[in-house]
Amino acid sequence: MDRQNQDTISSLSTNHAFSLVELKSGQTARIHSLRGGTGFRSRLAALGFTPGTGVKMLQNLGHGPLIVTVRDTRIALGRGEAYKVWVLSG
Amino acid sequence: MAEQHKDSIRVALAGQPNVGKSTVFNLLTGLSQHVGNWPGKTVEQKAGTCEFDSLTFDLVDLPGTYSLSANSPEELIAREYIIREKPDVVVAIVNAATLERSLYLVAELLPLGVPLVIGLNMIDVAEQQGLSIETHVLEAALGVPVVPMVATKGRGVRELLTRIQDIACDGAGYQPNPPDIRADHKQVLQRIEELIDSYTPQEYPPTWVALKVLEGDEQITQMMRPRVPQGTWKEIAGIIGQHEDACVAVASGRYSWIARMVRAAVVKPKVGPITLTDRLDRWATHPLWGLVILVAILALTFALTYALGSPLQKLMDRYIIGGLASLATRFLGGAPAWLLSLVVDGAIHGVGTVLTFFPILLIFFAVLGILEDVGYMARAAYVMDRFMHLMGLHGKSFLPLFLGFGCNVPAVLGSRVVESPRARLLTILVAPLVPCTARMAVIAFLAPVFFRAPTLISWGLLTLNLGVLVLAGLLLHKVILRGERVAFIMELPLYHLPNWHTIAIGVWQRLVSFLEKAGTIILGVSLVTWTLSQFPGGTLETSWMAALGHWLEPIGSLMGLDWRMMVALLSSLIAKENAVATLGVLFGQTKSEASIAVALRAAVAPSAALAFLVMQMLFIPCVATVSAIKQETNTWRWPAFAVLFLLIVSLAAGLATYRLAMLFALS
Repeated sequence: MDRQNQDTISSLSTNHAFSLVELKSGQTARIHSLRGGTGFRSRLAALGFTPGTGVKMLQNLGHGPLIVTVRDTRIALGRGEAYKVWVLSG
Repeated sequence: MAEQHKDSIRVALAGQPNVGKSTVFNLLTGLSQHVGNWPGKTVEQKAGTCEFDSLTFDLVDLPGTYSLSANSPEELIAREYIIREKPDVVVAIVNAATLERSLYLVAELLPLGVPLVIGLNMIDVAEQQGLSIETHVLEAALGVPVVPMVATKGRGVRELLTRIQDIACDGAGYQPNPPDIRADHKQVLQRIEELIDSYTPQEYPPTWVALKVLEGDEQITQMMRPRVPQGTWKEIAGIIGQHEDACVAVASGRYSWIARMVRAAVVKPKVGPITLTDRLDRWATHPLWGLVILVAILALTFALTYALGSPLQKLMDRYIIGGLASLATRFLGGAPAWLLSLVVDGAIHGVGTVLTFFPILLIFFAVLGILEDVGYMARAAYVMDRFMHLMGLHGKSFLPLFLGFGCNVPAVLGSRVVESPRARLLTILVAPLVPCTARMAVIAFLAPVFFRAPTLISWGLLTLNLGVLVLAGLLLHKVILRGERVAFIMELPLYHLPNWHTIAIGVWQRLVSFLEKAGTIILGVSLVTWTLSQFPGGTLETSWMAALGHWLEPIGSLMGLDWRMMVALLSSLIAKENAVATLGVLFGQTKSEASIAVALRAAVAPSAALAFLVMQMLFIPCVATVSAIKQETNTWRWPAFAVLFLLIVSLAAGLATYRLAMLFALS
């Protein structure tokens, strides 16, 4: 199941992906990829932000930090950090 | 393995943050625990013992970490401890309500090869959310003992200890199912392992080292590079270069493994119920109401501090300090006057200074402990993040700075919650600018003496102080400590009812650590100051302290302050509220507060008094704070910087205040 997800995602072009900061409160998406340095990516990946994982935006005020749910956990992310998380809608 | 007879079992407790690891640790060790630092690190180390079934369990609490990468000192400490010290058993506490995420650490622990027991904590919370977990199915899949627990209610502890004992004494039945590597990485990993195998230090499992090299782990890479011949390393570097996204891919692999492990064991509801956390967060993280709630909590804390703390302080002062002093007087009846003065005015006064902090700190630590335990603190950090960003800090720095309102020492010590070294340093450097209760006490005494609207003046001073804090933070962030902003990634844990046992132990440990770190210094410096203020001549007016004040008078006279005010300012270095006592000695012919007020008003103009208040708010941190800064930064450079920086800031602010006040008074 997981493998299948990853395959379908890698076959999609990056054009459909958008930054997590564009996701509105209440919307859900799937993680496409992480940008930034190794340390940053590995930190987020360990928290469960891995490609194919579902993410729900709990609060995005359009400015300041936002709150998402990933793998049953609420996580607050700075805007700068959220910008580096790319997602696919659905 | 044959059954071994052991008297003690060495157990390391591992777990991610917010899984209830400290509750389990407190439950097992109670008051036997001792708190220190990991060698050479400013990361807290807790250890303790527990007796069970005529066996001693020596427990070490590893730092709470999400993974075992090289991203933070905590993670390095946790994995180095397991690799080098090889505990008999590692207990991994996982949160049943966030099972997949908390099993991630288990996926990192298994390849290290130490026997593992999993404490599946918070099953009550998981059940409330409609999750049902078949423990034995999970146990069969992982090949690792899984013990269901509700640590807050003490459930599962006996079984946990029994399973630890079983594995430590007879490991024959222990056959874990470590995570396998994703198919597309298997070959690559195998190749790296072949290349490094003969160069890997003995205590490190080679497969684990190979995986960490592939992940781009900085510490392991640095360890291996000089050991491996250049040509071989080139090949390894080539492989890593082709798998740049390995750190994410390996993590994905671990999560796929976890998904397989839990698939048969966990039944999830299709639609989760609307939880307490959902409902509370609608308010607590709301852009407006969240701020209102935070301010209300702060206001309540201060009200509590003044309503409960101040009377308690007075009681302690009267009965403990008064009692000690009269006891000393009785026993030293025949002794020379200077000895009596050394004991009463030096030592007992010093003890009194330390003690007066206690009620206030107790309240602050208790409030903080409760807010942390129920899960609110992360919300406060989220709400404050917008403001902390101004200073290049993020929300997490709010927590230690909040403590600073009680006393700056725990604020500096509390800066440990901030992960990035730069943000931690910034937090430590602005912490002395948080107006502590001792400084507020000086204002509470002096403002009514000089001004008709003391409350207004107090609020004005407080606002000015916080304004300077923001400006100083901005200056440090933009000019002195330039660097990248810190990544803000923070879990918002589920709310739950407070666990009083955990809170009480936390408050106790913070108080003890304050006593150890500040108490002895305050006492020592009190004795030095007593000497400076008694010799030569036996009175303050003729002492070295007075000489120092006279020497500083030229600076003071710029703001209309005489030598006595400068001595009062200097004496605030031991503890800020000492300024009041010193003024009492220098201005009070009789001991009544009214006569001191009259003498003060006669000697100091209101504009100069305002300058004095501004200066004492922003002045050099007290010795206890300076020494805390030294401890936490491991160098004299930053405490020296803080002293110099605040000296300049306070003098400049005092001067500006005096000139402005004169201007307005004239016009």
